[in-house]
Amino acid sequence: MAARKSAPKKTAKSNTSKEELLEYYREMLLIRRFEEKSGQLYGMGLIGGFCHLYIGQEAVVVGLEAAAKEGDKRLTSYRDHGHMLACGMDPKGVMAELTGREGGYSRGKGGSMHMFSKEKHFYGGHGIVGAQVPIGTGLAFADKYLNNGGVTFAYFGDGAANQGQVYESFNMASLWELPVIYVIENNQYAMGTSLQRASSTPDIYTRGASFGIPGEAVDGMDVMAVKEAGERATEHCRSGKGPYILEMKTYRYRGHSMSDPAKYRTREEVQKVREERDAIEHVRELLLQGKHASEDDLKAIDKEIKAVVNDAAEFSKTSPEPALEELWTDIYA
Amino acid sequence: MATEVLMPALSPTMEEGTLAKWLVKEGDEVASGDILAEIETDKATMEFEAVDEGIIGKILIAEGTEGVKVNTPIAVLIEEGESADDVASAPAPAAEAPAAAAPAAAPVAAQPITSEDLSDPEIPEGTEMRSTTVREALRDAMAEEMRSDDTVFLMGEEVAEYQGAYKVSQGLLDEFGAKRVIDTPITEHGFAGLATGAAMGGLKPIVEFMTFNFAMQAIDHIINTAAKTRYMSGGQMTCPIVFRGPNGAAARVGAQHSQDYAAWYAQIPGLYVAMPYSAADAKGLMKTAIREETPVVFLENELLYGQSFEVPVMDDYAIPFGKARIWREGSDVTIVSFGIGMKYALEAADELAKEGISAEVIDLRTLRPIDYDTVIRSVQKTNRCITVEEGWPVASIGNHITAQIMERAFDYLDAPVINMTGKDVPMPYAANLEKLALVTTAEVVEAAKAVTYR
Repeated sequence: MAARKSAPKKTAKSNTSKEELLEYYREMLLIRRFEEKSGQLYGMGLIGGFCHLYIGQEAVVVGLEAAAKEGDKRLTSYRDHGHMLACGMDPKGVMAELTGREGGYSRGKGGSMHMFSKEKHFYGGHGIVGAQVPIGTGLAFADKYLNNGGVTFAYFGDGAANQGQVYESFNMASLWELPVIYVIENNQYAMGTSLQRASSTPDIYTRGASFGIPGEAVDGMDVMAVKEAGERATEHCRSGKGPYILEMKTYRYRGHSMSDPAKYRTREEVQKVREERDAIEHVRELLLQGKHASEDDLKAIDKEIKAVVNDAAEFSKTSPEPALEELWTDIYA
Repeated sequence: MATEVLMPALSPTMEEGTLAKWLVKEGDEVASGDILAEIETDKATMEFEAVDEGIIGKILIAEGTEGVKVNTPIAVLIEEGESADDVASAPAPAAEAPAAAAPAAAPVAAQPITSEDLSDPEIPEGTEMRSTTVREALRDAMAEEMRSDDTVFLMGEEVAEYQGAYKVSQGLLDEFGAKRVIDTPITEHGFAGLATGAAMGGLKPIVEFMTFNFAMQAIDHIINTAAKTRYMSGGQMTCPIVFRGPNGAAARVGAQHSQDYAAWYAQIPGLYVAMPYSAADAKGLMKTAIREETPVVFLENELLYGQSFEVPVMDDYAIPFGKARIWREGSDVTIVSFGIGMKYALEAADELAKEGISAEVIDLRTLRPIDYDTVIRSVQKTNRCITVEEGWPVASIGNHITAQIMERAFDYLDAPVINMTGKDVPMPYAANLEKLALVTTAEVVEAAKAVTYR
């Protein structure tokens, strides 16, 4: 039961095939390029309001999606674009929601922070820090009630980990043995407040210990380590043992939102992570070193991803704004 | 192809900024993520990163320039072998800022939802009427709906083994078992969120708050999650859930346990709000609430739980939302109320009758939707109106009803509408002060006399 820190993983080989590795590369790259494009569209005024980019954290969602099964559910905070792309939602629909257009997943009524896909079992996109944690616990409650074998991935950040409702959820999830994986994406900063300045303990994965929830810290910049941890967690949940905590040690390269003055950390700190721990570079090197792919192969993937993202951006600009009648729909059944 | 680097919007409200400093110069190679410049907004100085890779072909706006409008080209990015002059007629990013929605002609915005042609289920001649307490009626409604739909379950503090803190869930654990009648820890924020998630995941939860005072710990999930999910998801997600429990003042429990939330929840689009007075309405509205695909806030009253009313013995007595009940017809003054306010309204009508004043008493029953039409029709007949509720006077339900009457029946009014409410104070504990803080039958009588100039 005790929380444990997983031994440093030897990332290479493990149980990952060449095809899988290429797929992770592709998916992580899609998220990064998509987010870069979002930043660009934001700068052009095509995306409004708040926009929180996922750049740097790609390995977390891609690795965990690799451990998920059809029918599993997921939900997260407002930093949600990566989760949506990783669970197979259409980049066009996501981008068009960012621009507030009819072709968006919420037909333009949700925006960056509030998107859903019933088809892909993506339950939001939640704008209130920590609120998705009891909601995800409730999705797991429903799965257990309906006995459908599903597992819910409830993602939240190191900042949300300090919300009281998280611990209310931990208690009920453990008490009722609910199949929920609490994925703490510890990107080191809650908006501009570093973990050291906000948390009484450095290890968030131990926070379930008093509820009897096992937890482990995972190198969230290593997609294979993430996937393997995800497999342990899903196995735990599916075997009826209740919730599981995964603390993903990750890093966000960009600001909290687009209007982040970045005064709380140094440029060098960000640069160092980019150079030494970048998740995409890591897989790229593995692919090249293992001769699983050539430079040309990877260039072809880059090009393909660029086209997907450009198509999404184009769609998000040309899709019309929602009809004015939409103001009044979807409020009541 | 050469591309223009545009002055970015760095916050939701930024329209222009100062190009404080260039960190690159013409001829520099840049990669995605490199810092190009520092830009000063009214809030902060921020770094501006390159999105594409390329060479800085030309810097168009010198550092130190103030008031640079968002989307103004500030530099040209070129590829190897190109010249900055290659920049095509700006690649049309001119961010055609979505046209502001044309304002609708009429003030439709003020149009609150109303329902037409709703009526209570017909009670066939000869139907047995059984004297039932409000408490039993609520329990019966939940039990009937739980029998007909396996996804309906009840969750809350002390709802199972204790049989309900106010005994509303008496007997349900025995009939439905611990899977469907669930005692929660004392954790309102958590279980309200959990139940909301369960509703999104395909179940139909009934959440009992021991009292609605404690629901304030959970109000974020009621409003920000349950009420808004359908809208924010463009209709994809539903959240069929009932939040129920006693609301308003009980007796001698002081400020933190005596509060009427009717006006709070009635303001929220995406919620239905029911607040029954009688046992029959409690039953019929609860059955509708459980079947609804929309989240429902169901406001009960502790003082009414033990009161008995005639309830028709029928298989399926479900009452539509948005239809007021006229308890008593009258011609001189309309009294509009709901919940426990009805007690004072009906008592006052009896008193007024003795003095020859004929009061028409309307029970709104649901506060979202509100049956405005029944109220307006009545006021067109009586030309006078008072409203009665237990909540505070500022932004009360009565205020809202009054505004509707003013908009739709101004010319019919022979006197200003009077809103009778609780006093504008936290609930005191002392018996005499508590009595003073609540609305009373005598005050309602007095108000009715005032509008009838008697």
